[in-house]
Amino acid sequence: MLWKVLLLLGLSSAWAQKLCSPGASDGYKVRLSINSALGDQAYVWNENEMFLFRATLAFAMRTYSDGQEYDVANVVVCDETPRVSFWFVVTSPLDASLLVDKRRVEEAVRKSRSRINSAFLLTDDTLEFIGIPPTLEAPVAPDTPPWLIAFGVVMGGVGAGIVVLLVSSVVQKIRKKRDGEEETGGKTENEAASDAIYNMSFSDDEPVTQM
Amino acid sequence: MRLVFPNPGLDNRILSHEDLDRMEKEEGDRPKWDNKTQYMLTCVGFCIGIGNVWRFPYLCQTHGGGAFLIPYLILLVLEGMPLLLLEFAIGQRLRKGSVGVWRAINPYLTGVGIASMLVSLLVGLYYNTLIAWILWYLFNSFQDPLPWTQCPLNDNGTGFVPECQRSSTVDYYFYRVTLNSSTSIADSGGIHWPIVLCLLAAWTVMCVCYIRGIGTSGKAVYVTAILPYIVLAIFLIRGLTLKGSLSGIKFLFTPDVNELINPKTWLDAGAQVFYAFSLAWGGLISFSSYNPVHNNCVQDAVILTAITGFTSIYAATVTYTIIGFRATEKYDTCISDNILTLLNAFDLPEDNITTSNYETALNHLNSSYPDTVLGLDIKTCDMQTLLSEGVEGTGLAFIVFTEAITKMPGSPFWSVLFFVMLLCLGISTLFGNIEGVVVPLKDLNLLPKKWPQEAVTGVTCAVAFIICLLFAQHSGLYWVTLFDNFAGSVPLLTIGLFEMIAVVYIYGIDRFNEDLEYMVGHKPGIFWQVTWRFISPLIVLVILVFYMVTQTQEELTYLVWDPNSEQFPSLALVPYPSWINAVVFLLAGVPSLAVPVYALYALDCICLHSRFVVSFVCLGLCMFRQKM
Repeated sequence: MLWKVLLLLGLSSAWAQKLCSPGASDGYKVRLSINSALGDQAYVWNENEMFLFRATLAFAMRTYSDGQEYDVANVVVCDETPRVSFWFVVTSPLDASLLVDKRRVEEAVRKSRSRINSAFLLTDDTLEFIGIPPTLEAPVAPDTPPWLIAFGVVMGGVGAGIVVLLVSSVVQKIRKKRDGEEETGGKTENEAASDAIYNMSFSDDEPVTQM
Repeated sequence: MRLVFPNPGLDNRILSHEDLDRMEKEEGDRPKWDNKTQYMLTCVGFCIGIGNVWRFPYLCQTHGGGAFLIPYLILLVLEGMPLLLLEFAIGQRLRKGSVGVWRAINPYLTGVGIASMLVSLLVGLYYNTLIAWILWYLFNSFQDPLPWTQCPLNDNGTGFVPECQRSSTVDYYFYRVTLNSSTSIADSGGIHWPIVLCLLAAWTVMCVCYIRGIGTSGKAVYVTAILPYIVLAIFLIRGLTLKGSLSGIKFLFTPDVNELINPKTWLDAGAQVFYAFSLAWGGLISFSSYNPVHNNCVQDAVILTAITGFTSIYAATVTYTIIGFRATEKYDTCISDNILTLLNAFDLPEDNITTSNYETALNHLNSSYPDTVLGLDIKTCDMQTLLSEGVEGTGLAFIVFTEAITKMPGSPFWSVLFFVMLLCLGISTLFGNIEGVVVPLKDLNLLPKKWPQEAVTGVTCAVAFIICLLFAQHSGLYWVTLFDNFAGSVPLLTIGLFEMIAVVYIYGIDRFNEDLEYMVGHKPGIFWQVTWRFISPLIVLVILVFYMVTQTQEELTYLVWDPNSEQFPSLALVPYPSWINAVVFLLAGVPSLAVPVYALYALDCICLHSRFVVSFVCLGLCMFRQKM
């Protein structure tokens, strides 16, 4: 009995390996660049990390695909390289010989990309799924373009400067005109006063000369 | 006997020395400088412009690095300084703007002043457009991250816009977002309104700074002339602490003595000296005319020459630290990308290939698997190419520098600082420019005499803004380049030549020497005599002849931003349309011909005059069409 179980296990793993192969139509290649992402803090890629990957992918399939109970065994991995790249395929939980369609896998990976990235402390660039482009973040676009604010400030300042300078020129001109008028007005008054004095003294002389 | 053309009535047109002494004591209504510092700072600001940052370093590097300094400094002293003193002295002596001075020397020479005014106007128009672009970048620097670090996404959000993807974020931002360039100068494509707003800001700033003439601009220069030096110092310190800056400086100053034999080096040095001093624009004559009569203009000329020479080298050093940094960054990125490509293709562990063993690893892989390596499309990373790309003109400021700034920590601060510096450099040059336009307009009575200075400035700025809308079109970049190449080259050299001939041979070098003795206290030495009479006019004549010969021999071509061309993302070289010859004639020919045409007009050759002018215009057009 035991040998039958062992044979079945061996056969199923061999079958699973046959399902997964480099260039499989329903599989994807994954590439990790742990050293360039983490530098000194880089961890070593080993069996446990691979187990985490398979578990994360199973989680993604469970949550974002058809809701079936995917398990770690459903994610089959092959062709591991020292680069840290490998191929994987996902088998259906109902029938281990059936592969899940490429598009469903892609959809699940896309939707849970940030969870998968953070599980490995990597980013879209350093954890690549070849064939699944990451959805790019749109550039931050504020409601009012900041340059209009700066433009408004500058124009306001300059406009205020023009107004101030023009007003001060006009005020200066008015003041100059007023000073000029006062001077000429004062002069004529003085002349009238000296004339009156002069007339008085002239009329005083008259009785003396007549005698 | 000195060679002097007969000039009757000269004494009636100019003030005598006694008149000048009397006017010194009186309180005239002619504008005056508040102090000597204001005058010197205005002149320094006028001479030191954006060209010192983006033209001189490029010339220095392409013409043999450190060796270029030899022709530059020699010509600075032999060509620039004498002309500078000439303009200072004649303005200070005759106490008039550019038109007034030449009209006083001889009424037939008024054309020189008119030519100066036209050149100042044409150059001022496109120069202020550059200021508008600088303002746009300045306004957009107040955000983090800077807008030229990101490409916009395409429609379905999976990638970037292809034009941005194929070139770079900074290229896209300059040619598409800022200018929205069309693919040809003939294709105007409508007005790009952000540039209109920036032009409005630029002209309004100019208006407010110059609204009372030198009364307001003299205060503004305290900031606009000094701030660039401070910012350059900050950038120098920052630049030297960046990786790769020293390779930039080494690249700049590595002398190549063979370049000294190349005549083009000397021509470019001479032309650069001429433009660096802003000679023949008329602004320097105007500024000197506001000086007290006994101001020591000889000392001023020497000091200004020294400052210009020093600033050019200083700015070049700072520029090349930043260029060196950017080139090193791009080189490192190029190597890393290549390493990644190799690792991915051969599935090797990550630390197998590093920057140190890249060359050996590449050779090993190439010899073992040549076909695979060939198919990988490994880019060649060449430091020299990276150091020499895009290092001139608008490309330097808006593409190379903006890219370098994005790689520095705290980019918005550096961006604001850099564009404020460029703004100050440009505005201080424009003060001289606008002086060279407004004062002749008043002297020629083209504007009513009873208008106050404010109205004159306002009207000039308003009209100039409307003409500048030409540069706000989608083809605006090409128009700016056209103006840069033709309005500011041949006419200035022609005017400079006429100025020297006019002062030395028509006003009379003896009379000029006496004037200087009266103003400064001693007669100018043998150096000045020799350079004024022979050396400087000869140098300018040689440069002018060579310029005209090379310009008429070359086919008129220009660079366009065309996403559909084969060389994209490099700019494509296309020929100008045929009607551009008429525009070139207007830009370069009209100011240069203003001198002889006005002289003939003044000689009352009226019946001859109109026929003469018309036939001259036709001749000019025929020459250009034939050359095509």
